Amino acid sequence: MNRTDVVVTGLGATTPLGGDVASTWDAMLAGRSGASALTQEWAEQLPVRIAAQLAVDPAGLLDRVKLRRLDRSEAIALIAAHQAWADAGLADSGLDPERLGVSVGSGIGGAVTLLAQDDILEASGPRRVSPHTVPMLMPNGPAAWVGLELGAQAGVHSVASACATGAEAIALGLDMIRAGRADVVLAGGTEAVIHPLPIAGFASMRAMSTRNDEPERASRPWDKGRDGFVLGEGAGILVLERAEHAAARGARVYARLAGAGITSDGYDIVQPHPEGAGAIRAISKAIADAEVAKLDIVHVNAHATSTPVGDMAEITALRTALGDHPVLTATKSMSGHLLGAAGALESIATILAIRDGVVPPTINLDDPDDGLTLDVAANKARHMDIPAALNNSFGFGGHNVALVFTRA
Amino acid sequence: MTRDEITAGLAEILEEVAGVNPDDVAEGKSFTDDLDVDSLSMVEVVVAAEEKFGVKIPDNEVQNLKTVGDAVSYIEAQS
Repeated sequence: MNRTDVVVTGLGATTPLGGDVASTWDAMLAGRSGASALTQEWAEQLPVRIAAQLAVDPAGLLDRVKLRRLDRSEAIALIAAHQAWADAGLADSGLDPERLGVSVGSGIGGAVTLLAQDDILEASGPRRVSPHTVPMLMPNGPAAWVGLELGAQAGVHSVASACATGAEAIALGLDMIRAGRADVVLAGGTEAVIHPLPIAGFASMRAMSTRNDEPERASRPWDKGRDGFVLGEGAGILVLERAEHAAARGARVYARLAGAGITSDGYDIVQPHPEGAGAIRAISKAIADAEVAKLDIVHVNAHATSTPVGDMAEITALRTALGDHPVLTATKSMSGHLLGAAGALESIATILAIRDGVVPPTINLDDPDDGLTLDVAANKARHMDIPAALNNSFGFGGHNVALVFTRA
Repeated sequence: MTRDEITAGLAEILEEVAGVNPDDVAEGKSFTDDLDVDSLSMVEVVVAAEEKFGVKIPDNEVQNLKTVGDAVSYIEAQS
């Protein structure tokens, strides 16, 4: 079977580590943390008073009137999408809009807009509620805005699978191109919910780190002292392109998106399957889809969020699905957990690891858990040849997504 | 309040809500055709004007307010 090859020709991101891909990648390789104390007054009452906030606020980058109409998750998706679009050299390429698609999701969506407008409703009544409320809070808002600004007419999709959203959106983009519905797809995720309600909700689940006095040391995947994730905000967008289309226009290619595996646990709404059965199947499907051997996957950007149970379940799954040879990292140790954008940011890190031959570090891995039986690039970056790599993302609801990227 | 003062107040609102250059705001200008104010922004303009000038502008009146001058006359009559 002569299957359509899909490559990555553009990257864009705004994250707690930097306002673009280059600065984010530099910060990762240097092992910097994007987490800090929440100094807002509303944080005082919360059990969790740390987060990984954007390094560059969108307010200075977009027109003031436009910002009135955008939820923060939409604003940063647009910033990342424009970066990726420019990076791919598509601006004046004459791309047919009917061959351009969008697949951009969010884990939680416009919750901050919803809550802010509810405050206005309670304080001043319904007439004061902004007429932009609905397009700001609708979950397809970020994808729709990206499609609108770049003129995409091949279909605009918004996946929602909690913390697997970004990766699943990329997998959907791959499907769109393979199915012949688009030549180019902007794919990724966005999230901006650093607000007391989502924080209180996650904190009530006991899912978040309460290491409030040491924000930069709070996200510590696989370390014995880990006590939950650190909430981050940001957006990451990839330009996926049919390989022949990219070659015809002489585009620079970062890597190949060789395969994807998507499964669902059917086990529990928030707990991962204890033996990681769904994760194992997702990884195995991704490898089979990519037509690579297990041994070819020498690096894994793990989902590892710094929670006591999840981090170890993933180790078990990786050992079963891949073996004991890959070098792992958990970049959430630096970026925090970007929820619906995590899979997109971590795909970008995986792609750049392949390009540059370097695994970014997992910081704060001072006292590894006894169950950590795989090799991790602990605390400093590791240079090595990476012909193929895997990125895992798992989400509440039992969503498992694995992506395989290979050198183009 | 004079008509010029009301026009200046509307110009401030239009700049805040819709990014309209205050120098472009004059009584003869149409909100939609000349100042590019779309229907959602018009809703914001009306609510902000009610607050600023202490008047009520019911929805069935808004459709009659085609130009800045129409709005100035309505506000002048109500206040």
